[in-house]
Amino acid sequence: MNRRFSLFNATSLTLGFAFLYLPMVILIIFSFNASKLVAVWGGFSTRWYGELIQNEAFLDAAWVTLRVALLSSTFAAVLGTMAAYVMVRGGRFFGRTLFSGMIYAPLVMPEVITGLSLLLLFIAIGLDRGIMTIVLAHTTFSMCYVSVVVSSRLVTFDRSLEEAALDLGCTPFDAFRSVTLPNIAPAVISGWLLAFTLSLDDLVIASFTAGPSSTTLPIKIFSSVRLGVSPEINALSTLMIGVVTIGVVVASLVSKRAIARQQKDEQEARRT
Amino acid sequence: MNLRRFILIAIPYVWLLALFLVPFGIVLKIALSDYALSIPPYTPTLDFSAGWEGIRAFFAALDLENFIFLTEDDLYWRAYLSSLQIALLATFVTLLVGFPIAYGIAQASPAWRPTLLMLVILPFWTSFLIRVYAWIGILSNEGFLNQALMSIGIISEPLTILNTNWAVYIGIVYTYLPFMVLPIYAALDRLDGSLIEAAEDLGCSRFSAFWLVTFPLSRQGVIAGCLLVFIPALGEFVIPSLLGGSKTLMIGKVLFEEFFANRDWPVASAVAVILVLLLIIPIIFFQRNEQRQREQD
Repeated sequence: MNRRFSLFNATSLTLGFAFLYLPMVILIIFSFNASKLVAVWGGFSTRWYGELIQNEAFLDAAWVTLRVALLSSTFAAVLGTMAAYVMVRGGRFFGRTLFSGMIYAPLVMPEVITGLSLLLLFIAIGLDRGIMTIVLAHTTFSMCYVSVVVSSRLVTFDRSLEEAALDLGCTPFDAFRSVTLPNIAPAVISGWLLAFTLSLDDLVIASFTAGPSSTTLPIKIFSSVRLGVSPEINALSTLMIGVVTIGVVVASLVSKRAIARQQKDEQEARRT
Repeated sequence: MNLRRFILIAIPYVWLLALFLVPFGIVLKIALSDYALSIPPYTPTLDFSAGWEGIRAFFAALDLENFIFLTEDDLYWRAYLSSLQIALLATFVTLLVGFPIAYGIAQASPAWRPTLLMLVILPFWTSFLIRVYAWIGILSNEGFLNQALMSIGIISEPLTILNTNWAVYIGIVYTYLPFMVLPIYAALDRLDGSLIEAAEDLGCSRFSAFWLVTFPLSRQGVIAGCLLVFIPALGEFVIPSLLGGSKTLMIGKVLFEEFFANRDWPVASAVAVILVLLLIIPIIFFQRNEQRQREQD
């Protein structure tokens, strides 16, 4: 494209980013509001953060959510990487079309339907709903995201390196571990991160698959938000936005550095 | 070695069969069952334990009773239609808001582009629920928008936006904007700038060069973006239930309430089956569009 950055471009970017960020900025500012009235500024205070960390219901829910997210994103990273490897390197096998259909369908399936169908399954096989059922549900949909991310990396990765390792006497497993895995590791890690945030964020599927003793943070937030805006939720939201922002910025800096180092290594390898 | 390959394929395969395909089969089955006052609240129409007899009885008793009920009950018709309408209109507005942003990023200097893209993606990583929640405080009667408008003197009475369809539109546009911006940006980025220069050399104004060259060539990005917004918006639950009012009918919300409040599982399952059928058409469109794009590259 020809790049002539005009006044129109500047205006649309300014307005666009204002639209994207103002609601969150307002939320963050008002989490430090001393007044209980949500829209009236009553001076700066960290009172709601204090009340938040004493609220055991929220702390319990946060702990459940964290455990579910850690478990399900780890399972999803393993299963999703396997699925991606099967899709890209697996060759032909019986039911390949069905397999790739089942990888892509959960990405477009409305959450209410995924949740409903899993709940009906758990009831049909008599599985008690709790943390484990949420983990199963989250693993299932997030492994599909992981496999999309990982397979896009696998497609661009030079297959001859794996073949060279096999020719030099590696078993297929060794070749995968020492050649393929280090190369796709950044994609696996970003897939894991994606699965982790998807799990942290999910309300609908968790509502269907959670039991009475396994309330996750989004379920807790949703039930209290239905009653209206509360300063405690503003504080909680601010904490969550802060954690995610720091996480994403750090992750992108780290991956930028990793890519730069890889390019440098490749250049040096070419020179020698 | 072949055993290893078999295991590698089998593990994710069986997982998806058991936790994606089988559950969906159960939804289909219950959609064809009859409602019963018990737990679980349906009489299973298919009884595998009875062997062939059971399967024969299943096909004999197979009825579309729940689907017929859906066509007769006004609520579901209106919910499907209003979901379609809300999703379509919201997608169009998202396009109007998202295209200038994508265009602006594509026109910016290469040094700035990664940062601008990062700024578009970052909200996508923060909690969906919180981003929807943020609008409650803005749109309510004593919220920031009304306060701001009244202090400028544009309005004298607060506007009622929260708990109406307007709030649902705003919520969808806001939360799905990154999905629109990213594919359009990708299409604009691929575009050959010399084509636009050629159009201008041949006497096009900047505006008509945009309209005759840039926009048609970014068509696939626009289609991809629209479908990426439309598909999830159609089955949306969180936005209509937090920002919409009691009059806002969206099928995701009806399904959720049907299931948890009325506990009529067969009807809820039938609603789910029809929603999936509705989604198949845009999904096929999307895949065709992606495939065409790959072939062009």
